[in-house]
Amino acid sequence: MSEPLIQLKQMTKTYGKGLAAMQALCGVDLTINSGEFVAIMGPSGSGKSTVMNILGCLDIPTTGSYFFQGIEVNTLSRNQRALLRRHYLGFVFQGFNLLSRTSALENVELPLIYRGMPTAERHVRARKALDIVGLTGWEDHSPAELSGGQQQRVAIARAIVTEPTVLLADEPTGNLDSARSREVMEMLCAFNRDLGITIIMVTHEPDMAEYAKRIVHFVDGLIASDTLTEQKP
Amino acid sequence: MIWNALLLALREIRRNLLRSALTTLGIIIGIAAVIIMVTVGNGVTAKVGEQISSLGSNLLMIRAGGRGLSGTAVKPFSLEDAKAISQQISHLNAVAPSASKSTTAIFGNKNWSTTITGITEAYIIATNWVIGDGRDFSPSELRSGAMSCIIGNTVWRELFEEQAALGSKIRLNSLSCTVVGILKAKGQAFGRDQDDTILIPLRSFQRRIAGNQDVSMISVSVDDGFATEKVQKQTQQLLRDRRHIAGNEDDDFFILDTKEITATLTGTTKILTSLLGAVAAISLLVGGIGIMNIMLVSVTERTREIGTRLAIGALEREVLLQFLVEAMVLSCLGGFLGIVLAVISSIIISKVIDVPFILDLGIILVACAFSAAVGIVFGYFPARRAAQLDPIEALRHE
Repeated sequence: MSEPLIQLKQMTKTYGKGLAAMQALCGVDLTINSGEFVAIMGPSGSGKSTVMNILGCLDIPTTGSYFFQGIEVNTLSRNQRALLRRHYLGFVFQGFNLLSRTSALENVELPLIYRGMPTAERHVRARKALDIVGLTGWEDHSPAELSGGQQQRVAIARAIVTEPTVLLADEPTGNLDSARSREVMEMLCAFNRDLGITIIMVTHEPDMAEYAKRIVHFVDGLIASDTLTEQKP
Repeated sequence: MIWNALLLALREIRRNLLRSALTTLGIIIGIAAVIIMVTVGNGVTAKVGEQISSLGSNLLMIRAGGRGLSGTAVKPFSLEDAKAISQQISHLNAVAPSASKSTTAIFGNKNWSTTITGITEAYIIATNWVIGDGRDFSPSELRSGAMSCIIGNTVWRELFEEQAALGSKIRLNSLSCTVVGILKAKGQAFGRDQDDTILIPLRSFQRRIAGNQDVSMISVSVDDGFATEKVQKQTQQLLRDRRHIAGNEDDDFFILDTKEITATLTGTTKILTSLLGAVAAISLLVGGIGIMNIMLVSVTERTREIGTRLAIGALEREVLLQFLVEAMVLSCLGGFLGIVLAVISSIIISKVIDVPFILDLGIILVACAFSAAVGIVFGYFPARRAAQLDPIEALRHE
């Protein structure tokens, strides 16, 4: 492996200015290689969301640098970062964030529309993604007609339909019961294993973190521990 | 990219069908109001012009008596005056002296109050009358003062109930008079029924009905394409000389130029049309503000959604374009429906108030351009606001 997929170097993030300044990250070094499944844990206010926003190219660090496939993200413009998200990243949010009154199929198609994919190919890809998450036959249902687990599966289909390099999941099981949570986690594991998608997931549930291959603990804006989990057979 | 924006915008409109329809309604009403006002206004203007030209084209009406000087003795014209005008002034098509009087016409057991006018052969030409049935007076009838008459459509209807009238004798002032012709209807002009009239030879009128040689009006028809102003000046001077009016005295007659009346009245209706159009344009502006309002609400309401779009890789300008296209689709759709509505209602209104339906393509083009402009102008501000949202803040928005 020539260079790591993701590399954070002495990264800090400060919100606000002067006396009201709040340091969310105080010098984080983190390297993530292609094919990893990393769980980021930590109490609230530990900086895990901040790090997630930066990894997702939604935000830029105050100091230090973030290299994505060797590209220094800090130096990119807002539009360049949007293009980076469009072509390399997939997002799964805690609140699903599906478009209401819009069919599952159209929701999954959305990132492909921004990629400018022709209609026919777009339909095929979106149906295939829905099939992968086990929602064949639910294409025309709007989010209101789907259960929470199904909604999250639509959201996951939307994230993987573009075949991203990295899938970022922010508390993907936060709004689900334990059975649904396990379904979602097994799905993520399968993507990591079978499709080789690098997954970075924020969670505060140790059970869910167990599915990952590596767990990074954040406390007070610093990495407290970085351990590999025992792999299940 | 435009195609993508259009696709996304159309999906968005479909998602909020009722709201989109209500927003569009503002534009529909605005555009329709402007076009209806202008179209009906043009119809009214045309109708006024039509009524005036039914009096006679390029016509000067010269009446004895000063302007507003009622009560003072009116010095009438004579046939000599008319002759002098036709001999001394060039570019005239017809000079028609006439005299008239209110009277009652009787036929069988019916009677009808109407106006009886004594005319010469030039009158029919000067005043644009057309004989619908029967014939004009013969030269010998005019010369000899025969008791023949040509009746207007209203008189025909009232006395004869639209039955055969030619050759019948009607009584005017206890004089028996043969109907030789019926005039084709001209309709109303300025609230007066032009068809309520009976024409007889001027000589018969003077001798048998008025008992004098007076001429109360001279209608002068000027050749087509020749300025009436000049003829009016010359005629005025000529009549002043003939009536011995000193340089500092006012005229004791007045000349009415139908062209002047046309200009004044159509000018008035045109001003009214633009005024109403301007008022209607305000409602269009209100419609545009309605679009901006809805788009702003929509941006706030859809903050999370915009955050999602930005997170999955929408560019700022793509979000901007989506909202802009959405506003433009709404306003252009409103414009189109407004035009359809306006054309249909204008046709109906024109029918009801009996004015010609004149569709001005210019105002339709202006309406199209304006509705597109409304979309751009009032859509831009909300669209920019959406595009500049911070994706992290937007995603966190409840």
